Amino acid sequence: MNKNKRNSSRRVLPGFGISLGYTVMYLSLIVLLPLSAAFIETAGMGLEGFWNAVTRPRVLAALKLSFGLSLIAAFVNSVAGLLVAWVLARYQFPGRKLVDAAIDLPFALPTAVAGIALTAVYAPNGWLGAPLADIGIKIAFAPPGILIALMFVGLPFAVRTVQPVLENLDSELEEASAMLGASRLTTFRRVILPVLLPSVLTGFAMCFARGVGEYGSVVFISGNMPMKTEIAPLLIVTELEQYDFHAATAIAVVMLLLSFSVLFIINMLQAWSNRRTGHSRA
Amino acid sequence: MKKYITLGTIALALGTLLCACGKGDNAQEDAPKGTVLLNVSYDPTREFYSEYNKWFIEKIEVEGTDKLDIKQSHGGSGKQARAVIDGLEADVVTLALSPDIDAIAQRSGKIPADWQKKLPNNSCPYTSTIVFLVRKGNPKGIQNWGDLARDGIEVITPNPKTSGGARWNYLAAWAWADEEYKGDEDKIHAFMSKMFHNVPVLDSGARGSTTTFVQRGIGDVLLAWENEAFLAMKEFGNDKFDIVVPPISIKAEPPVAIVEGVVSTNGHAALAQKYLENLYSPFAQALAARHFYRPCHPEMADAKDMARFPAVRMVTIDDKFGGWTKTQDLHFKDGGIFDQIFTAETK
Amino acid sequence: MAKTVHPRLLSPGFSRAMQDPKWARRLLCGTALLFLALLLLVPLAAVFTEALRKGWGAFFESFNNPDARYAIYLTLLVAGISVPLNLVFGLAASWAVTKHDFPGKSLLITLIDLPFSVSPVVSGLILVLVFGVHGWFGSFFNSIGLQVIFAVPGIVLATVFVTFPFVAREIIPAMEAAGRDEEQAAIMLGASWWQILHRITLPNVRWALLYGVLLCNARAMGEFGAVSVVSGHIRGETNTVPLHVEILYNEYNFVAAFAMASLLAVLALLTLVAKTALEWRIQHLEKEAVTERTRHRENEPAA
Repeated sequence: MNKNKRNSSRRVLPGFGISLGYTVMYLSLIVLLPLSAAFIETAGMGLEGFWNAVTRPRVLAALKLSFGLSLIAAFVNSVAGLLVAWVLARYQFPGRKLVDAAIDLPFALPTAVAGIALTAVYAPNGWLGAPLADIGIKIAFAPPGILIALMFVGLPFAVRTVQPVLENLDSELEEASAMLGASRLTTFRRVILPVLLPSVLTGFAMCFARGVGEYGSVVFISGNMPMKTEIAPLLIVTELEQYDFHAATAIAVVMLLLSFSVLFIINMLQAWSNRRTGHSRA
Repeated sequence: MKKYITLGTIALALGTLLCACGKGDNAQEDAPKGTVLLNVSYDPTREFYSEYNKWFIEKIEVEGTDKLDIKQSHGGSGKQARAVIDGLEADVVTLALSPDIDAIAQRSGKIPADWQKKLPNNSCPYTSTIVFLVRKGNPKGIQNWGDLARDGIEVITPNPKTSGGARWNYLAAWAWADEEYKGDEDKIHAFMSKMFHNVPVLDSGARGSTTTFVQRGIGDVLLAWENEAFLAMKEFGNDKFDIVVPPISIKAEPPVAIVEGVVSTNGHAALAQKYLENLYSPFAQALAARHFYRPCHPEMADAKDMARFPAVRMVTIDDKFGGWTKTQDLHFKDGGIFDQIFTAETK
Repeated sequence: MAKTVHPRLLSPGFSRAMQDPKWARRLLCGTALLFLALLLLVPLAAVFTEALRKGWGAFFESFNNPDARYAIYLTLLVAGISVPLNLVFGLAASWAVTKHDFPGKSLLITLIDLPFSVSPVVSGLILVLVFGVHGWFGSFFNSIGLQVIFAVPGIVLATVFVTFPFVAREIIPAMEAAGRDEEQAAIMLGASWWQILHRITLPNVRWALLYGVLLCNARAMGEFGAVSVVSGHIRGETNTVPLHVEILYNEYNFVAAFAMASLLAVLALLTLVAKTALEWRIQHLEKEAVTERTRHRENEPAA
């Protein structure tokens, strides 16, 4: 409102100063200030101290486990999410609405509850754990258990990023492809998948980012063995409980940097997909 | 647009309703407002302190003091100590081992360095020891520490880095090995490494381990506080588990202390003192025994309760390991013996 | 809908090529449903089975406990503070970002998304670093006698941090899609900012807004990791429902733990129902708008 220059018609809408000011202030206060604390705290350690703290075998093992399993979970979820989104967007079956709603369950269900419930189900004496244990498959208290927990928390992202794109997909492309004599599979592979790919990748990245940081649901099911099933967020908590603030923040900073790069990639992907499809962000 | 306003109003109304009913609830809780004492404790003491608190509040009220409410906070001993260091306003701490209270003393200065001399018996109103909880009938024939390193035995213990109880477990095993191998470091290390190699799940606290063993059915033997083992038997049935007492174990001393830095500002000093002193009273001693802690005045406890405690030869941290400060440094700090054992066994 | 149809479109071979074969439909449907059942339904069922293991009496008895009721109250309180805070922020941020152009906009959007990818544990940790007794502002808050960490303000802060992007994330695309034309027209007609917000912008994004609030609320009530670090776990004082679930679970009080958990699960389900109702309503309104428009167009020549 303060600047009513004629030619800056784009700024004609009021409230720019106050809304941006508020946004930046709130963001700085709630997010940036605390986050910078982590970086400043580690700066006090010096580069060598930092490097030693994050390259201990136990830390490396935890980071490897967290990032490795998150990658696998994100991959499985991307495939499964595509499948689920396809079924929900394309097929009619009784209870479709219900299934559609249920996708968001992991999002709304507290992670600790999810962790306890998954452990109860997949423990060697649980509903699914018992039959699986009989054939020698160990889920809970082993890496597969962590994987299941990560898949659980990440699934909504994988489905929800792909679903709207699939629903808005122009059927003309498919029709054209079919008219040109392509089989259904070829149409899917050559026509539909390329359009979906950016959103699948976005979903993948979001699953991944969520999985790396996940704590509540994993601690119950993981078994927490150092070097084997100890995830990075748990290690942070463990370090804290040993009064080692520096080590805890050092690991936190590594995770922050990695998450930040993942987020950066998400936004790049979104920009890329916008350019390709002309849709705004999902 | 009208609809949006209607919806907004409904949402607002719902919010107000929720808040209102919440407030209503709160009014009930807040009714007996008066002095509130906060006891920050570790995992297995919940049952004991909730009964003790009830008794203490009644006793205080009979004596005509103000309304009193005692809040409890439980969790892994290390986590709880960290919370107090970071500003959790505990009036008293009742933790699993003295290094955790030492840490508060050193890092926050809220507890004087000589806290352990302030109350009788090294500030430990009750002690415990480490025993084995096994499946009914002891199918794997576990009798002694040496059995824990056998092939095909699964041992459940929490992580000594985060759990006070687990440190006692570790030290008890070490004490046995030290006698068995006549102080031969290599053999002791090999035994410890073998034993931890047999651990399938390493929870962060004592309660987590008990749940893993009891609820999830994992493992052949649980290394536990004696009181935890008895409690698990009581909660889940005597027909499912047996307690095996090894011939040698450690005297686990969970200490208590007043957080001077807190009580000096909120005026709870006298009350906190009374709260801890009364842990040595006949009632509290008998109560401790009832909750499977070994009271420091056994004569005050019910003979029937005392009869449940098996005789076991217990070494102490001071005699065997030269005190906690030394032990902590040697075994549990980063890169200490425990870390070496653990990383060695995964190679 | 008088559209000329290419003859090939009507041939049976074509429709087969456009539609997935029946076996494929069945297979895909079956796989997807089985996957969802194993991953989502079974754990949910487990929560309710465990909660009702000892019957409805024991189930309801678990709520009849001052600590449990206080946990519910605290959870409502925390959500009641954090959600409006993030709602206001979401509105301000989306207004600034979508209705104006300025350098560094995409950086700002990335920063808004940031808390989403920060581990809850890390967010708790950094709050302790800043507001803990030994933190940057610890001594300041201490001197004015306000306890932040291990008290309700800390729990609120942690919750606000974790749910930070939720409302903004939902509104920004909706406002972006709505464009600026209507607002610009309104300003030319002399409308005030409040009028524009109230009559144009908010109605345009109302569904996104409600959806964002629902998700934000669900997440706020269910947050565990971050809150666990800053809570101090004092029963009847700083225990939220998710923390109380953990405590009950650790006390071998499994029925009560799962009963409290089922409360959160019910909340999750209610959120989903509300969300579905919202979506249904949007579709309904859109359809209405479309028929309105067609009717309008049909009437046009007559007018």
